[in-house]
Amino acid sequence: MNIKNLHLLNFKNYAAIDLYFDEGINCFVGNNGEGKTNLLDAIYYLSMCKSYFNFIDSQNVKHGEHFFLIKGTIHDHDKEDEIYCGFKINQGKVFKKNGKEYQRLSDHIGSFPCVMISPTDINLVWQGSDDRRKLIDSIISQFDGEYLDNLIQYNKALAQRNAQLKRFAANRYFDAVELELWDDIIVPLGNKIYESRLAFLAEFVPVFNNYYKFLSDAKETVGIEYETNLKPNEYRQILNEAIEKDRALQYTSVGIHKDDLSFTINEYQLKKQGSQGQQKSFLIAIKLAQFEYIKNKKGIKPILLLDDVFDKLDQSRVSRLMTLVSEDTFGQIFVTDTHQERIENIFNEIKVKVRIFPVKNGAV
Amino acid sequence: MDINSNRLIEAAVTEFGQLPGIGRKTALRFVLYLLKQKPEDVEQFGSTFIRLRNEIKYCINCNNISEKHLCEICSNTKRDRTVVCVVEDIRDVFAIENTNQFNGVYHVLGGIINPMEGIGPKDINVENLVVRVGQDEIKEIIMALSATMEGDTTVFYIFKRLKDFDIKFTTIARGVSVGDDLEYADEVTLGRSILHRIPYENTLVK
Repeated sequence: MNIKNLHLLNFKNYAAIDLYFDEGINCFVGNNGEGKTNLLDAIYYLSMCKSYFNFIDSQNVKHGEHFFLIKGTIHDHDKEDEIYCGFKINQGKVFKKNGKEYQRLSDHIGSFPCVMISPTDINLVWQGSDDRRKLIDSIISQFDGEYLDNLIQYNKALAQRNAQLKRFAANRYFDAVELELWDDIIVPLGNKIYESRLAFLAEFVPVFNNYYKFLSDAKETVGIEYETNLKPNEYRQILNEAIEKDRALQYTSVGIHKDDLSFTINEYQLKKQGSQGQQKSFLIAIKLAQFEYIKNKKGIKPILLLDDVFDKLDQSRVSRLMTLVSEDTFGQIFVTDTHQERIENIFNEIKVKVRIFPVKNGAV
Repeated sequence: MDINSNRLIEAAVTEFGQLPGIGRKTALRFVLYLLKQKPEDVEQFGSTFIRLRNEIKYCINCNNISEKHLCEICSNTKRDRTVVCVVEDIRDVFAIENTNQFNGVYHVLGGIINPMEGIGPKDINVENLVVRVGQDEIKEIIMALSATMEGDTTVFYIFKRLKDFDIKFTTIARGVSVGDDLEYADEVTLGRSILHRIPYENTLVK
């Protein structure tokens, strides 16, 4: 699958632009602030119905304008689909495929998958467990609607359980029956979510390990560990054991909403012991594993968006990464960089044809 | 306008403004409208609400609104007292009455369990229901609550409270709306309808 052309109107720093892409590797080169990443984001937008960087649509409109428009032609086998996204301030956004409007955005998401690798991914290492849970939740729910439903229901019941704990404290009483009402919803849902996460990681982590091994030339060993206070079929017991603590905290201290992933490098914490380059390699390996997961589930190669990947990586890792993504396992690729020469050299060395797009102040 | 009348208008606007869905501008329109009416008409208007508040009581049996101790439904001898329909509030009584399909009596909970809104099991009228089931000749309880997580939780709570009584405990059917095309039914509803399908014979009008 590949995107053949992209048409932008008033999107971020672009007034109007028409671009035609190669099926292989496309590079946007230019100085800081010229709009390289915005082009990647426009492609991401067509895929996921939102920006990778800024979820507030109105802030993605060019300054002084009232709407933006993104249009692209997606080519897959012998089929061509035109995806249209229009956003008007105060009127919301409209997504169309071949002129027909989608009833729900979720019907579109996943039909034209892409994976973005960006410097902001470092949040996964540095921020709280919330970001890491979101990562696995978003990958699983793209292919498992039931998982998403369970998660939404779980969060609703959890909010009620927490409100109940606060009520106990405010009114100075306790009644186990009133809490169990919500446990009865939380336990079966939590169990299902827990099992799904276990199954997903069992599939995901080995793929991730392979990619990291390749990138680092097997110099380091890395790990992703599922951190949870749960055990199979003991959800209710674990909730019951935490009751005293939960009553004091006035919220539920155990459950799948407290799950985390621990990232390690050579058995130490990645956050504390990993260098910036190692952390970056780690995140790239996660995204490549995500790519492979989507490819296996969907049977199509997602578009790969590489934003500023050369920064912080050493020469050997850069060239390994580029060799890897130029292989047949990967499809269409978009790369941004500040140095045209560097990128030409890298691809010359591995003898891969690339198309260079110089980007300057909202024009290509 | 002198300050005194201003204050009266201000007070009246504040009162109207307390009604749900009424802002200050609409409240002022109401007040100015009432000012233009004949004094006796406005007196009638006001006394209607005073009487409403003073004379309407809640049925001691089912918690429905009533002018006497027992509401019209509970005191009607033609209604089947062995079947009790449990609803969230009085609006649901009206809704079910309008169907003309129910000849039993009601029990109005006055809310459903929703800790986020500050409503726990003790804040709704469940104790009375338990007493009723223990005393009266009730054979069936029909739960007619909203199909939300909070509604389901309330049904489950009442089910637990009544499980030791020898009664039939039922809940209203959930599924595709009458007159709806299947393709427009949402997935969750349709999925449940398949899961909880019923023998066709039961749907035939007897």
